[in-house]
Amino acid sequence: MDTQIIGHRTPRVDGEFKLTGRADYAVDWQAQNMLYGYPVPASIAHGALEKLHLDAARAMPGVVDVFHHGHFPRLYRSPNSPTHQDQVSEVRLPFEDERIHYDGQYIALVVAESFEQARAAAHAVQADYRQESGVIATLLDTDQEGRLLESEGTSRGDPEKAFDEAPVKIDHTYHIAAESHMQMEVHATLAEWRDERLIVHESSQGVVYQHKAMARIFGLPDESVEVVSHYIGSGFGNKLFMWPHAVATAGAAQMLGRPVKTILPRQQDMENGGNRPASRQRLRLAADRDGTLLSMLHDSTTETSFVHSYVDSLGSATPSLYACDNVAISQRLLEVHHGTPCPMRGPGETSGIYALETALDELAAELEMDPLELRRRNYADQDPASELPWSSKHLDDCYTGAAKRFGWERRDPTPGAMRDGDEIIGWGMATASWPGLRMPCAARVELRDDGSVLAACGTQDIGTGTYTIVAQTVAELSGVALKDIEVRLGESTLPAGPLSGGSMVTATALPAVAAALRNAFDALKEVATGEGGAFEGIDPESLEIEGGALKDGQGKRVSFGEILSEQKLGSVNGEGQAASGDEKGQYSFRSFGAHFVEVRWDPGISRLRVARVVSSIDIGRAINPSAARNQVEGSIVMGIGMALTEKLDYDPRDARLINNNYADYIVPCHADMPEIDVELPDNPDYAFNEFGARGVGEIGLTGIAAAIGNAVYHATGKRIRDLPITLEKVMDT
Amino acid sequence: MRSFAFSSAENIEQAVSAQSDNAGEGAYIAGGTTLIDLVKLDVMRPAQVIDLNGLPLKEVEQLDDGRLRIGALVSNTDLAHHPLVTEHYPLLSQALLSGASTQLRNMATTAGNIMQRTRCPYFRDVAAACNKREPGSGCDALEGVNRMHALLGTSEHCIATHPSDMCVAMAALGATLTLEGPNGSREIAFGDFHRLPMDRPDLEHELEPDELITHITLDTPVVGGGSHYIKLRDRASYEFALASAAAVVAIEDGVIRDARLALGGVATKPWHAVEAEQALTGQPASNESFEEAAEIALAEAVSREHNAFKAPLARQAIVRALKHATQAAMNS
Repeated sequence: MDTQIIGHRTPRVDGEFKLTGRADYAVDWQAQNMLYGYPVPASIAHGALEKLHLDAARAMPGVVDVFHHGHFPRLYRSPNSPTHQDQVSEVRLPFEDERIHYDGQYIALVVAESFEQARAAAHAVQADYRQESGVIATLLDTDQEGRLLESEGTSRGDPEKAFDEAPVKIDHTYHIAAESHMQMEVHATLAEWRDERLIVHESSQGVVYQHKAMARIFGLPDESVEVVSHYIGSGFGNKLFMWPHAVATAGAAQMLGRPVKTILPRQQDMENGGNRPASRQRLRLAADRDGTLLSMLHDSTTETSFVHSYVDSLGSATPSLYACDNVAISQRLLEVHHGTPCPMRGPGETSGIYALETALDELAAELEMDPLELRRRNYADQDPASELPWSSKHLDDCYTGAAKRFGWERRDPTPGAMRDGDEIIGWGMATASWPGLRMPCAARVELRDDGSVLAACGTQDIGTGTYTIVAQTVAELSGVALKDIEVRLGESTLPAGPLSGGSMVTATALPAVAAALRNAFDALKEVATGEGGAFEGIDPESLEIEGGALKDGQGKRVSFGEILSEQKLGSVNGEGQAASGDEKGQYSFRSFGAHFVEVRWDPGISRLRVARVVSSIDIGRAINPSAARNQVEGSIVMGIGMALTEKLDYDPRDARLINNNYADYIVPCHADMPEIDVELPDNPDYAFNEFGARGVGEIGLTGIAAAIGNAVYHATGKRIRDLPITLEKVMDT
Repeated sequence: MRSFAFSSAENIEQAVSAQSDNAGEGAYIAGGTTLIDLVKLDVMRPAQVIDLNGLPLKEVEQLDDGRLRIGALVSNTDLAHHPLVTEHYPLLSQALLSGASTQLRNMATTAGNIMQRTRCPYFRDVAAACNKREPGSGCDALEGVNRMHALLGTSEHCIATHPSDMCVAMAALGATLTLEGPNGSREIAFGDFHRLPMDRPDLEHELEPDELITHITLDTPVVGGGSHYIKLRDRASYEFALASAAAVVAIEDGVIRDARLALGGVATKPWHAVEAEQALTGQPASNESFEEAAEIALAEAVSREHNAFKAPLARQAIVRALKHATQAAMNS
């Protein structure tokens, strides 16, 4: 497709709104007569609430009510079905009983006239607990293996036998600490009941899902619930599915007959708002002496809480990444006493690919082979898991391009051999990958008499640029200028759109917008060719769209607006649906890329920093290369945190979260930024959708932590198999 | 955050009497970077907050005897960039700029930095046992997540680290605090101001509840001294030290004539490494001397489950700081 706007750099259409404060985030919404909720967190992780002392809090200025197990509406649980889109982050309802399953679990919600009054009163609530023994803070603290999830395992060939008989093998176990999403905007809910309807403003990555779940929980018909999320200050997965604070807030608003807004403090956001679960992975890889992979065994355990079974599928990429006849993956799940985990950017595969790509580096060292060469040697020309051809795979070009820009051929393979003054230089690489995902989607487009266009879809812009790429799509296909295109997202009353997750919005929503736009064109042509129309009597099929106008074969050109105005019409409307079709059985869809990383290790002061990252990431077509590059660069930064600094620190004695704030939970800051050189080769994947895009939110994070760890090994000769790689794990003592 | 009464002091006398009238139950606020944070967490619960920002304590001036007098309200940013500081006390400037973030340094004041509270997570969590926050309640850090905690100056009651960078430089440079109280003003050496936790970790310093720090006066600079502040931490900025070292050395004929050394990130107060200084004096400015000094400085270190690495890390910081300070002295 030869494009004018798609695939070209376009400033964000919502940039001005964000810059001027006009972008309406959930916390910005006010309602008449509104109250503020502030949750009271449990300060134990395992046991029961015996008594709440509420008198002091109730007597404080501005306090209206305090909700808890004994004082809260009786609600239903949500069926929690992904298929029926009522999935939630925790099936247990707030205040459902007096059991306490993790530190920070809400035991009450104080509602007051101001935020400050609610917070002060929440601090004044005292609780008596019955603590129980046997606390497990994290799977890192225990040898327990958890239960095997049969449905998550796959196998081909005879990997155990092939492993046993192979001449070269490695067998190592890797641990990753639980991570926090650390999105800038904390979770927030404003719930308002208006004429028996529940209207919720939420910072959400899935308004449709929250809408359905709220309806099920409050026993309402779908039509009686509306969820709005126009802008969100990121989420990285922890705003995909509704959390208990939203239910508590809506229940309080219902009982009080007044709107209630709850904004989680950072501490509670980190305790109750999701995390990437800690994991343990055993990787057994075996190869021939020439590097041909003979067997891959990938056994994983991840955590979940006692109130919700969240499975982070760590092995899901492993069967597809390399050509190998004997592959098995397994997954176990272990309940621990901390807040419920949830998807976090690149869920499952980010952790899985870390272990696999580290293990490959270990195998390369064992084989005395260049790590890049080992990957080329086992290049998968088709998807070895499904045995389908790839719709589009250019990983070999990514390897070559990124290696060249990085200067990989100058790498001295001996660990510690490359020095610069006080510093030792380490170079490492890894493969990145994420599946091409697409869901069914609906959209609506309105062409208006003033020449403007409205495109609407019930998906969200989570800061990634969805408003912009929808506008680009409309502009591309209609010829209307971007400034005349209005995009509406983030409302559950709009045609149902996808979750903003899994890198699937681009491939899911744009074809639906295009279908709706084409239907709107048909409606416009009907008007134009009808009685008294600008093209009366002409075959609608012969009319073309050009520059916001209809054009016939004779060169007559009439703008959309004029066609409508002449007929005294305000607008025409088109609705459209799109979903994947037969291509699903014909191809395997997956994005691939490569990261090359330079670290600097100063052994004299034990200072480890990432100095340089060079990446080539093939995502098909980037609808907006600026926004796409921004996603990959952001992922790389997040990967630096995963590799070197980020860890949710739970006190092993009582499973309480110790570093529940932005100062003590360490994400990379500006001064940590390395040189980042990202290439997005333009290989449109038209087998996947008409725009050739596979999505870009997750892939940049996969592989980066492995590439960093591999570079640390190259610098220091030390193989650290536990993330994060803090300096005491590397230093010479 | 609980409600509190708020008043602004128009002069030093008023500020002091506001506290005296309150039986010391109030809290002074200058930049507020520690106080507001801890009030929000319910860790500090002042009944009255007295704003000091109107007081005339924002000057930096050189005294006739060559010392530098710094007003209590001079911001960390202004102090770090003040020409008299960058010229005569580059160590202080370097330490200040390695602390916090630009935004925090713009708000934080010199006296406020001296008075800042620890980042120990158990101190900041009202549900945890902490002798500093609630005397006699115990110390959850001793057997807890104590990677960030102190090795020097600890007790069985508290191992919380003093978080300041600025104070480490002041401990090395030497300074005097001027305190104003109901009975007039008094002076105290910087090194005597912060207390060791011992059995009363809640008593962090020698300031009486109704006293106010008005000035900090730095000793005259070491003649011919080169200096360096190094801060080792998990990320490159906006992060507390795992170990830091402030060093000043003056060299004559390859021999150390004068040495100043202080440590941060590893001690319960800004740690003046006096024995290490004495060991350095008269020694050749060599790596061996630096390493020996580093050994001496950490000789009394008591580590816990997660912070043993900080002793070798602090030694590395000392050696590197002395090395750079020596280079600076040679180049001056």
